[in-house]
Amino acid sequence: MTQTLADILPIALLGAVLGLDVVCFPQAMVSRPLVAATAAGAFTGHPLQGLLIGVTLELFALETLPFGASRYPEWGSAAVVGGALFGDSAPNVVGGLTTAALAALATAWVGGYSMVLLRRLNARWARTRMPLLDRGSGRTVIGLQVAGLTADLVRGGLLTALALLLLRPLSRLALDHWGASAASSRAFVTGVAATVAAAAAWKIFHSTNGARWFFIGGLVAGLLLLAIR
Amino acid sequence: MYLRLLAIQGSWNYETLLGNGVGFCTEPALRLLPGGRGGDAYRAALSRQSRYFNAHPYLAAVAVGALARVELDGQPPARIERFRAALCGPLGSVGDRLVWAGWLPLCSLIALAAFGLGAGPGAVVLLFLGLYNAGHLALRAWGLTVGWRRGLAVAGALANPVLRRGPQHIARAAALVGGFALPLALYRAIGVGRVLSGAVLIAVVAGAVLLARLHGRVEGWRLALAALVAFVLYSVVRHG
Repeated sequence: MTQTLADILPIALLGAVLGLDVVCFPQAMVSRPLVAATAAGAFTGHPLQGLLIGVTLELFALETLPFGASRYPEWGSAAVVGGALFGDSAPNVVGGLTTAALAALATAWVGGYSMVLLRRLNARWARTRMPLLDRGSGRTVIGLQVAGLTADLVRGGLLTALALLLLRPLSRLALDHWGASAASSRAFVTGVAATVAAAAAWKIFHSTNGARWFFIGGLVAGLLLLAIR
Repeated sequence: MYLRLLAIQGSWNYETLLGNGVGFCTEPALRLLPGGRGGDAYRAALSRQSRYFNAHPYLAAVAVGALARVELDGQPPARIERFRAALCGPLGSVGDRLVWAGWLPLCSLIALAAFGLGAGPGAVVLLFLGLYNAGHLALRAWGLTVGWRRGLAVAGALANPVLRRGPQHIARAAALVGGFALPLALYRAIGVGRVLSGAVLIAVVAGAVLLARLHGRVEGWRLALAALVAFVLYSVVRHG
């Protein structure tokens, strides 16, 4: 099936804006998968599916928090891709969540690399303007900031558009030849995501005095609630 | 200055890090220096403020407020540069522990718990964004205000109980919510019978213990990517 500009452009714009939020502006965490994938799902008319993949990706994203200069996947544009792909497929299509999550993870990986390239580009722009910065040029300071913001916006939009162009046909091809059952497909992807999240939670909290007991206490309460529901 | 703080990382790079962002955010205040915009004092101050700087992006507000204040107070350049260098370390580590390793996962886990309890898309998203940004925007506003008020004496503000003890309390709350949220969110996301959910939960616990033991040697999301590729290939081959 061919994709038109009208199919891709709105989602690419959403990916651009939410990709910008990851680091540059305004870091309000609208780029978190929980929000970004739900928004993309809503764009395609399926907010509940967007939320479902958003939750799955959020579990993965708990492992990679945006610490300073560390390299991490770019979840904003990636979650938009995942939400749009899962929103495309009908709710009862077997394997839709799995292929959309895979597409989002791959996009997040490439997106992380694109942020590294952008940071190098920002450094090059700053280096070439160093004499002006040393003279205290206000126009240069503001210009560098605007250039960085614009480049990041373009980066997110291009990443989203290219990911959709490449991964949407691949995803449809895989779904047309899907052999695993609906239950195992969904259980596998959510189980893998929850495994990553549980290990990440442990990594984040285990060094805090008493936190492991709070975690175990919460786990017992959650399991008890599940048992009585 | 407050609105500019939201874009402080706009030109973040591996050489000057937040440096240009700090210059960008202090620039409106520097126009008040003698000679105004483009004057000698403005240019000298902006040149100082646009050099290398490292801090957590939210707590950089403390530095922006304090640096703007000391420039307008007419402190000697050498003293301002020493003060600026001294601000870098603490504002980075405190912010990382408070926000990235505390507030963000806590808000995310609360939203996951809401999903697990049956909340719809609008409620989950609004709960997450409302909660997270109440803390986020308040922290930036507090930082800018306290920096501006205290100037060179801003170091005392870093002894604020929220900054000193907040990360510990938030980590405990996040651990509690995390333990509660993960099984509930998993159960709703799987969306099928209790037996399968129970089996997946046991596999998750075993997998998480294994992953936690590999801490630092491998990233879970990369392993997950490989596992999902393998599962998709298996499913397609099985169909064929």
